[in-house]
Amino acid sequence: MSAENLKSIENAIVEALKIAETRLPADVLAALKKAYEEEDSALAKTQLRAILKNVELSEKHSLPMCQDTGLHTFFVEVGVSSDINPITMIQIIKNAVVRATKEIPLRPNTVNPFTGENPGDNTGRYVPYISFDFVEDSKTRIMIMPKGGGSENAAALGMLSPGLGLKGVRNFVLEHLAKVADKACPPITVGIGIGGGADLCMKLAKKSLLRPIGVRHSDNAIAKFEEEMLDAINNLGIGAMGVGGKITALDVHVEWAHRHPASLPVGVVVQCWAARRATVIIDESMNVKIEGL
Amino acid sequence: MQYRMRTPIRDVRMLKVGDEVYVDGEIFTARDEAHKKMMESKEIPFDPSAMPLFHCGPVVKRVDGRWEVIAAGPTTSARMEIFEDKFIEKFKIKMIIGKGGMGERTLKALREHGAVYAMFTGGAGVLAARSIKRVKEVYWLEELGMPEAVWIFEVENFGPLVITMDSHGNSLHRDVRNRVMDRLKGMVAEHEG
Repeated sequence: MSAENLKSIENAIVEALKIAETRLPADVLAALKKAYEEEDSALAKTQLRAILKNVELSEKHSLPMCQDTGLHTFFVEVGVSSDINPITMIQIIKNAVVRATKEIPLRPNTVNPFTGENPGDNTGRYVPYISFDFVEDSKTRIMIMPKGGGSENAAALGMLSPGLGLKGVRNFVLEHLAKVADKACPPITVGIGIGGGADLCMKLAKKSLLRPIGVRHSDNAIAKFEEEMLDAINNLGIGAMGVGGKITALDVHVEWAHRHPASLPVGVVVQCWAARRATVIIDESMNVKIEGL
Repeated sequence: MQYRMRTPIRDVRMLKVGDEVYVDGEIFTARDEAHKKMMESKEIPFDPSAMPLFHCGPVVKRVDGRWEVIAAGPTTSARMEIFEDKFIEKFKIKMIIGKGGMGERTLKALREHGAVYAMFTGGAGVLAARSIKRVKEVYWLEELGMPEAVWIFEVENFGPLVITMDSHGNSLHRDVRNRVMDRLKGMVAEHEG
């Protein structure tokens, strides 16, 4: 990779961060508009109206839509034929986050849990968190997910008895969300990871939030489970911002891995109404493209 | 009912759950660290008693020697539940602005001290920033950092704020939660049968 290539990738990541922080993807915006139309509760409608107005203003003025500009998770899928060096990639991503923090600007959100020290540029020990997967593709995808603290605090891990089966998964998710969804800035998107282990189910749940709203799992049985979960969560009646109403979630995404015979791990990760994301795609000739809206 | 109120705000007993309020004047921000700091300090450099307390960690930018507020929506108020009853008592707070609501301890303090909790739409950071006309002052910025510092904002028509906990013991959050728990019971039982 030439220095020029590296610079153009870094620039694209800064630009993608800006798009993610200031503009909602079309599927999310459409889902919020639909929620506004379908909601009957006047109080919930007031909240949805404020959200839509806010999104319009942030796009128009190119400002972060929420003051909690989040911690940044990068899911990188490295194409096998790519000659990008992962160590270089980590450095480029960190540089881009530092620049984006200054240029957009973003709120400095990285705090040392022992000393309270904040480096001020959204980087620090293990953050931004970068997850690498290797895929049979000529392209490399850098998927960016800024995520606020309020929604991250609504995450949960359940290590269920396998005998409880999918009903157990359903009840665990509903019982958890009934308690916390009102604090995660609903209407939320819910990611559910089933199987693997404690770490993998959480990661699958979070990564599933990158899937656009309305896109079902490719396996029909899982797609049906997603739809049933969406209906059940909305039937709880939590509503936008927890004021009561019929739209609590915009979508539910499920991912899975094989599990240990003795374990049924369930990860729940929640995204707030500001379901922000953007992707930088690098092809085999080092052409760089941003996919954000 | 809809109200437009100018600070100093001294009496909020007429406000009821469901009322919509817009505020003009001055408000101050305090989150976890600022609550701790203010509770532990013998003296604080401003008078919080007449200003609404805003649970908020803003994004601000220094432009030509002055602060510009970029985004300033509310943060999750429940985290402050551990401090808030004592905070209301110590600083004579009359209005709390946040999101997600607060618990029974705060509700009791609101009743005892004639105060209210108002909700601003969570995440609507740009909408909130549009009503902030000026940063009047910032305290403990070096020590606590941008999100946790105390910011004093001059605001105009700041809202919509929905009263969700009033000084008469009513809480929309409690009511919604009870309804949600009832529905949950039915939904889970159905599947266990």
